[in-house]
Amino acid sequence: MTPLLSVQGITKRYGAHIGCADVSFDLYPGEVMGIVGESGSGKSTLLNCMAGHLTPDAGHVVFDTRTDGPRDTITMSEPERRMLGRTDWAFVHQHARDGLRMGVSAGGNVGERLMAVGDRHYGDIRDKAMDWLGRVEIDASRVDDRPRTFSGGMQQRLQIARNLVTGPRLVFMDEPTGGLDVSVQARLLDLLRGLVRDMGLSAIIVTHDLAVVRLLADRLMVMKSGRVVESGLTDQVLDDPQHAYSQLLVSSVLQV
Amino acid sequence: MTEYNFAYLDEQTKRMIRRAILKGLAIPGYQVPFASREMPMPYGWGTGGVQVSAAVLTPKDTFKVIDQGADDTTNAVSIRTFFQRTAGVATTTATSDATVIQTRHRIPEEPLHEGHILVYQVPIPEPLRFLEPRESETRKMHSLEEYGLMHVKLYEDISRHGHIATSYAYPVKVEGRYVMDPSPIPKFDNPKLGDMAAIQLFGAGREQRIYALPPYTQVVSLDFEDHPFEASKADHPCGMCGATDSYLDELIIDDLGGRMFVCSDTDYCEARQAAGHKGKDAA
Repeated sequence: MTPLLSVQGITKRYGAHIGCADVSFDLYPGEVMGIVGESGSGKSTLLNCMAGHLTPDAGHVVFDTRTDGPRDTITMSEPERRMLGRTDWAFVHQHARDGLRMGVSAGGNVGERLMAVGDRHYGDIRDKAMDWLGRVEIDASRVDDRPRTFSGGMQQRLQIARNLVTGPRLVFMDEPTGGLDVSVQARLLDLLRGLVRDMGLSAIIVTHDLAVVRLLADRLMVMKSGRVVESGLTDQVLDDPQHAYSQLLVSSVLQV
Repeated sequence: MTEYNFAYLDEQTKRMIRRAILKGLAIPGYQVPFASREMPMPYGWGTGGVQVSAAVLTPKDTFKVIDQGADDTTNAVSIRTFFQRTAGVATTTATSDATVIQTRHRIPEEPLHEGHILVYQVPIPEPLRFLEPRESETRKMHSLEEYGLMHVKLYEDISRHGHIATSYAYPVKVEGRYVMDPSPIPKFDNPKLGDMAAIQLFGAGREQRIYALPPYTQVVSLDFEDHPFEASKADHPCGMCGATDSYLDELIIDDLGGRMFVCSDTDYCEARQAAGHKGKDAA
């Protein structure tokens, strides 16, 4: 089986400081990979390198494209990479306002990717937008409201709808539940889990919340100071952490 | 006439502007940056158009300026006088006599011919400006032909108003490549942009951009399959000349709700009146 995404030796330096160093892993179709670690451990740098937002100093990110098979996304041309970014890839930002157009209605936000890939029928675009608002549990009557009138949780769900509308195969998520209160987090996680299962999505989720990876991720990587210190099946890593830092991380979670 | 260089600008500046114009003509719809000069008028009054006119005028040209279709408004009069004094060219208000026409917000009703040059004053050359504030990003979008965002604006129009409510500065696609802001002309004029015999030049002074449409260029107004583009105008005949095919201004004539519709193109209206056409409000 060909991995959907194969990351080989990704290294990114900020001058003398290391962003992330020598990270390698394979992600297979339908698999959800969690990346955990403390703030500044290089999680987001790694995610941005994989999603093409940052250019790594070394390494390859090989993606199994629909048409041409495995391609190195770092050496592919910018138009191709940006095309991937709005078709097969999706990126969910921590702050919904980074990923949404706040001055454009909810329907327009969801429809943007459709129009970007050439959809030119207003009725169809609107129907798909309504459908997706329903799937992320936003009332259809809010379709013409701007996201700034939405609550934080709704904004985050809208961002997810906007990203998934073109049926991507790989979703990058940067702290998707950060900044939301726990009950909203729980609903969002429930929703995400359902979508990932139904659509057979592969996802890479960066978070510092172990509960998120416990619920969503099949596999887990623990990062510290830009390096992967431990990786394995989620339950295995969380229940029997081997590395000192993983042990610290797991034992730091408050038990209520 | 000895006080000024011909057409106000120095020869090196005109050369620089002509190079930008030639590049613009070679790549229809592409915004060419140019080193806009300080002109003796405020930004927003047509500094871009004036520089383009200055660069293309020759002593043999006949020059016409229109502002919202009219030859006798402040902007039109001041720019016409400016070139009378600095270039000594002949000026006219008749579209058919002019060889260079500088315009703000209208295309003359009378068809233009080969050899004509139409110079537009452009306030904001970037059609994506209000959708994507970063210039670095909009340039990338132009270069990679990523124009989905332009349709988001039209989508928003339909979702809010039930139809495409953008009535001026209606975005167009040039030769299937660049999306272009046609300057704030009414969308009624959009169909005239395409396949026009005259050269069309667009100058944005404050924004330092020149773009152009060579003669007989394909220009398509953006739309949706189920909401096609429609060139709209007020549904009345002209009150002065009775024309039914021209773009109309609505004038309030008393405080009792009285109004009349007249051609915004004054030259067209006057020529029709001189030929004996009469509207219902004509004295």
